[in-house]
Amino acid sequence: MRPAISSIWVYLSASPLLWLAATLWAYIVAHSLHERSGRNPLVSSVSIAVIALIALLVATDTPYDTYFQGAQFVHFLLGPATVALGVPLYTHLGSVRRLFIPMLAALLAGSVTAIVSSVGIAWLAGANLLTLKSLASKSVTTPIAMAVTEQIGGLPSLTAVFVILTGILGAVVVTPLFNALGIRDRQARGFAAGVAAHGIGTARAFQVSDVSGAFAGIAMALNGIMTALLVPLLARFFV
Amino acid sequence: MIFAFSLFVLCQLLGEVLVRLAHVPVPGPVLGLVLLVCYLAWRKQVPEDVQRTSSGLLTHLSLLFIPAGTGVMVHIHTLKTEWLPILAALLLGTILTLIVTVFVFTAVARLTGAERVAAPGEAE
Repeated sequence: MRPAISSIWVYLSASPLLWLAATLWAYIVAHSLHERSGRNPLVSSVSIAVIALIALLVATDTPYDTYFQGAQFVHFLLGPATVALGVPLYTHLGSVRRLFIPMLAALLAGSVTAIVSSVGIAWLAGANLLTLKSLASKSVTTPIAMAVTEQIGGLPSLTAVFVILTGILGAVVVTPLFNALGIRDRQARGFAAGVAAHGIGTARAFQVSDVSGAFAGIAMALNGIMTALLVPLLARFFV
Repeated sequence: MIFAFSLFVLCQLLGEVLVRLAHVPVPGPVLGLVLLVCYLAWRKQVPEDVQRTSSGLLTHLSLLFIPAGTGVMVHIHTLKTEWLPILAALLLGTILTLIVTVFVFTAVARLTGAERVAAPGEAE
């Protein structure tokens, strides 16, 4: 019995199949927990799946590179998924035109604030250059953020972690913050959630109202593009 | 599904090629996104297949972050030594961004008198 199990493990641990399956099932389980919590932003499916997978990799003494040989098939889909963001953007093009000027102004201000404030605060608090580069694009959706970080020489996988944490923090903070400030405009609230906290903020905005959700979705796509343009430009000046 | 997926991959491919040809500092998939919007604008509609495949990919966008997110195990040292600047940057940066964005949006909307469409039952 023992030798049979170990020979199966030897086969599995070297094939991409095991870690591809582990990634998919970690997500399925984490996603159902997220649903069962009433889509509580604190019960994030990404964080749960990542923690479970890391525990499994550490317990089985598997290096990340071995894991990634299986997980790369899922990772590869980030590119086509980024392109697919064009569909909701096109669908809402009508509202984009109508509120074009306020949105453009808010987008520019929000995008610059997101980049400068996070990098600035981390720099003041003594973070090193690699961390700063990986922080710059933390407010935009992961596929874009990772591509931007790669381009300016940061660590894309560190950025992925920052993006997810930003999304969770933004989703938790957004409603109480705007209520406290007395902001009622659903379009503005949704737009801000999308600029600051990408897809996780957008998902949160949809729970509050459809108008907020639609504007958050537009903001997420637009800030993805804006940040992709701004960060490499700012990086040229400061690095 | 196959057409839509091939369309997304083609947009991404063209995006990557154009980025390299023109030396623009934008990720290839982002240019691919713009190309897709142009294609849809040219078609003047979203084909059923494209709509369905895009929602399918975007509904489970979180799944696609997992392989990269797991990569944090490689950076555990950075997070241990720099958790304070990182946490401060993420939390304060996000709050600042929310406040600046919402104030600029409402202020400019008021200044330009952009018409607002309130959803039914939205006024509270």
